[in-house]
Amino acid sequence: MKQRKRTVVYTVIGLLVALVHIIPFYILLTVSFKDLRDMSSKWLFPGYGFTGNFISAWQNAHLGRAFLNTGVITVMSVVLILIFGSLAAFPLARYQSRLNKWVYGIFVSALIVPPLTILVPLYKLFVDIGFMNTYFGIVLLHVTFQLSMAIFLYTSFIGTIPRELDEAAMIDGATKTGMFFRIILPLLKPVTATIVIMNANSIWNDYQFSLFFLQKPDSRTITVALSSFFGENSAQIGWIAAGSLMAAIPSILVYILLQKYFVDGIAAGAVKG
Amino acid sequence: MKPSVVVTKARPRRTTGMRLAKSPVMLNWMYLPALLLFAVFIYYPFFRGLLISFTDWDGYSQALHYIGIDNYKRMLTDSRVHTVIINTLIYGLGSTLFQNMFGLLYALLLNKHGKAKTFVRVIVYIPAIVSPIIMGYIWYFLLQYNGGAINDIIMAFTGKPVNLLADPKVNVWIIMIVNTYQFLGIAMMIFLSGLQGISKDYYEAAEIDGASPLKRFANITFPLLAPALTTSIILNLIGGLKLFDVIAALTNGGPGYASASLSTMMYQLYFARQDAGLAASLGNLMFLLITVISLTSLYFLRRKELSQ
Repeated sequence: MKQRKRTVVYTVIGLLVALVHIIPFYILLTVSFKDLRDMSSKWLFPGYGFTGNFISAWQNAHLGRAFLNTGVITVMSVVLILIFGSLAAFPLARYQSRLNKWVYGIFVSALIVPPLTILVPLYKLFVDIGFMNTYFGIVLLHVTFQLSMAIFLYTSFIGTIPRELDEAAMIDGATKTGMFFRIILPLLKPVTATIVIMNANSIWNDYQFSLFFLQKPDSRTITVALSSFFGENSAQIGWIAAGSLMAAIPSILVYILLQKYFVDGIAAGAVKG
Repeated sequence: MKPSVVVTKARPRRTTGMRLAKSPVMLNWMYLPALLLFAVFIYYPFFRGLLISFTDWDGYSQALHYIGIDNYKRMLTDSRVHTVIINTLIYGLGSTLFQNMFGLLYALLLNKHGKAKTFVRVIVYIPAIVSPIIMGYIWYFLLQYNGGAINDIIMAFTGKPVNLLADPKVNVWIIMIVNTYQFLGIAMMIFLSGLQGISKDYYEAAEIDGASPLKRFANITFPLLAPALTTSIILNLIGGLKLFDVIAALTNGGPGYASASLSTMMYQLYFARQDAGLAASLGNLMFLLITVISLTSLYFLRRKELSQ
């Protein structure tokens, strides 16, 4: 009886918490489906099916192009992070010479450096070497700043793979490099999934780098396209809402489908502390 | 079978080259690409930023003109910078406090009992998945002066709307709350995974000893959550102290620099005011602030973990 009462109380409080947390998204929905001339309260859902905001936002904010840019940048960055990250982690995990401990320190110490603290010199560097408004430049930046985490996760994961496997491969005549590609790499799947999810999400959502280094309209990512759209049309809040909703939906869908990996990512990050 | 094949072949000659090829040092090429990227895009700009902070560079001219420590002097004497430092601390420490408080409460609420716990966890975590700039726009609809959802409620009670985003006494706290709302799901998840790592035996033993729920929390749950707490605090500190997006979306640091953080002020000094030297100094200050705060917290939290 006492147990059942507790279950009920916890369920009710839990649902109330969910209700409070969902309010901003509910308001986002009502605004994005409301005609601009409809001045009723944002709390009220429109009693009609109006989708004009979505069409206007898609066209005026050039979201098609922005989605494409964001997608290309995210995919390219994640692929490079996986390649450079797993490669770097192998010698760092397996041959802990004094040099390699130092190198590991160099990689991991960057975990606490927010990229923005070096904005000014980074911007100057980008102008000097002609990386402004290029996929290439922004991709390398994302890769660099996400690599710390990837190297950290890969190194600690490789550390858990028994060395007997390496030795068995050596007896079979594999070179050390071959050992990595044939033995270690296939075993990295679970941690790779976590890294893909975490990095793809933060690169997809990036605003700062994209704002600074992708200023031409053609090269804009979703977040930059939306912010300049907001700057030009702050009165058309229905458009802004529809645009924001369209930009947020892919992440939310991916999260709901792949929850396990997000949770694993947090748990893995928790080791870091 | 295999060894016999090797034996019948000519015995491989062990040259210096081959020995080197077998040595682990040869593997170090594998981290060279990553190291190169770090050198070019983190370490080189970092040191160049130190140099730029001693100049009055405007952001585009070719030559650098050194002015000594003037930028740092300006930083220490300018009252706007002081406000911005305080704001940054509010964003960093305030969000950290609330995210951990609510994160822990939610984790306890959603750990074992209750029917809809998975659903509630998902709802609480979703904001952390959305881009912070978009989260800022979403909250704009709630906080707007004209027709904002929150002002609808305020008006129902007082009859007149409040300009929440323009009032420097309020907007800093609002921004802190929005950041808390967005990322407390991460703290909750960290605590949940911490709670799941605590063995049931402790609680059973405590129950036999007749310990009250509060005692059980204070003597078992909380101490064993210490590593989770450390992680969560450090992540939240770094996240809050570098806050940029939500401020950019809601107030753009205004009015003036009243709600700016070091990040947004630096951005404006550089791009809007061509005060790149000062912007670089602010960047260095931010780096120092984040490093010192997160490393000292890490040191004390770890020591506390060990003493338990």
